[in-house]
Amino acid sequence: MIELESIAEQAQELTLKHFGRTILLYVPLYLNNECDNECVYCGFANNEGSDMLSVNQVMAEAELLYQKGFRHVLLVAGEKRDKITLEYLQDVVSRLHEKFESISLEIFPLSEEEYRILFEAGVDGLTIYQETYNRELYKQYHPSGPKSDYDYRLETPERAGRAGFYRINIGALLGLASWQDELAALAEHAKYLKKKFWRSQISISFPRLKDSGARFKPPYPVSDTQLVEMICRLRIMLPTVGLVMSTRESAALRDNLILLGITQMSAESKTSPGGYSNCQAKEQFAVSDQRSLAEVMVAISAKGYEPVFKDWDRAFIGG
Amino acid sequence: MLKIAEKTFKSRLIIGTGKFPSNKILAESLFASGAEIVTVSIRRVDLNAKHEDILDAVDRSKYLLLPNTSGARFADEAVRIARLAKAGGGGNWIKLELTPDPNYLLPDPIETLKAAEILVKEGFVVLPYINADPVLAKRLEDVGCATVMPLGSPIGSHQGLTTREAIKIIIEQANIPVIVDAGIGAPSHAAEAMELGADAVMVNTAIAIARDPVRMAEAFRLAVMAGRTAFEVGLKAPQTKASASSPLTGFLQ
Repeated sequence: MIELESIAEQAQELTLKHFGRTILLYVPLYLNNECDNECVYCGFANNEGSDMLSVNQVMAEAELLYQKGFRHVLLVAGEKRDKITLEYLQDVVSRLHEKFESISLEIFPLSEEEYRILFEAGVDGLTIYQETYNRELYKQYHPSGPKSDYDYRLETPERAGRAGFYRINIGALLGLASWQDELAALAEHAKYLKKKFWRSQISISFPRLKDSGARFKPPYPVSDTQLVEMICRLRIMLPTVGLVMSTRESAALRDNLILLGITQMSAESKTSPGGYSNCQAKEQFAVSDQRSLAEVMVAISAKGYEPVFKDWDRAFIGG
Repeated sequence: MLKIAEKTFKSRLIIGTGKFPSNKILAESLFASGAEIVTVSIRRVDLNAKHEDILDAVDRSKYLLLPNTSGARFADEAVRIARLAKAGGGGNWIKLELTPDPNYLLPDPIETLKAAEILVKEGFVVLPYINADPVLAKRLEDVGCATVMPLGSPIGSHQGLTTREAIKIIIEQANIPVIVDAGIGAPSHAAEAMELGADAVMVNTAIAIARDPVRMAEAFRLAVMAGRTAFEVGLKAPQTKASASSPLTGFLQ
């Protein structure tokens, strides 16, 4: 543990230099909970006859989030191309762009042309997780559906990069493969993207599958200690990448990770479509940190950090 | 007195407002620094903010607000952000930051020159952040910029004046104020820049992430004053050996 403490100190120092004592807050907004993929670990796998928000319903959810103070929003959707069409996304994005300062997508992979159209409509960031960089295991976890194409998914950040995206966020779903291998692959992937898309901010997320009660039991569970080691080692290898932590993790762990290199956090998240308007649709995963935004803000301040709601401006895109 | 675009300032320290642990500490640090010019990223400003906003820490009756375009990758983006700042009541001064690479935040000289030309024509007082490139500094002066702001070293790097020799040339050639921006990690770096003849320095990270930002702001205030005073008095150039006699011209006495 002495070694871990010393890399944690380095990680903290490097994070302070580049990001200061600030935590950027964002919030996910789920568009649907239907998906044609059969990812064996996911709550949306082959979920049929389910919920999808109309554009007006999206705007109602968005208004609630705006009123709470959120300015950075992450749109999430399961792969249902006949319903989540490009036109639908364009419509949602251009209306959100009238109010929100930063709009990111966490949906199924699109073509470069589609990314270009959505970028022009007001999307500035892409989140896409490879889930696992291990090809063999990837095949087992994604047996069918469009997502079973490993290479198409791997090349997704590049299509968004070529389309001009300002922010590219990658990640591995922790628990699917050896964490050391995923760590090495994430670092290489991030370095490659950083060089190739030198105008884009690269960031890395740490979504972790829990070994508790869920339908899917992760074969390579990642402990808190291993998660902390991953975060710190990535920070040391890549001092300027953003490191992102969602509400999948507990309040106590998240509070401690603020000091170790995390630069962005979600708060008060709901992982089902319509979740903010109190609808009871099926959620993608159980949120562990269920605190209110106000409580998360207090926790961030208590660590001596400033919660930041706006670190971008919608005027960067468009006329 | 520091004079930029017909405005005069007693303080030669400009403070950046990013990375501070809270608005309260930011406000106290600004006060302790004695600064009169404070730069704020437009990307951080929210006129419709629900929670405390960075602008709440900057008392506009005490400080000249210098909005900056940080985050812009291309000239047109920076121009849009500058216009937005002006329309939002941020005045017509703009710190032009075109830093397409998010890792070292180094300024793009080509986009900076393009944006500066447009903004000067629109009546902005333009203070461009640049690499320590003497020719670029002259080009920006020629298009009408109010100052140039060459970097000492990359933003947040705390390396001090790694561009020292180029900054000396910029100072020697400039007819507009030269403000050393970025990389100043210690009060001694700030003093060094002022001793070289810089008109002002800009500091952010070194104060914002200090264990005690307020006291560090005070330290920078003192260092800038010390460096400036030494420059005005005139420093003797270092000699490698003593020169007591004049072997070539002694016969004249």
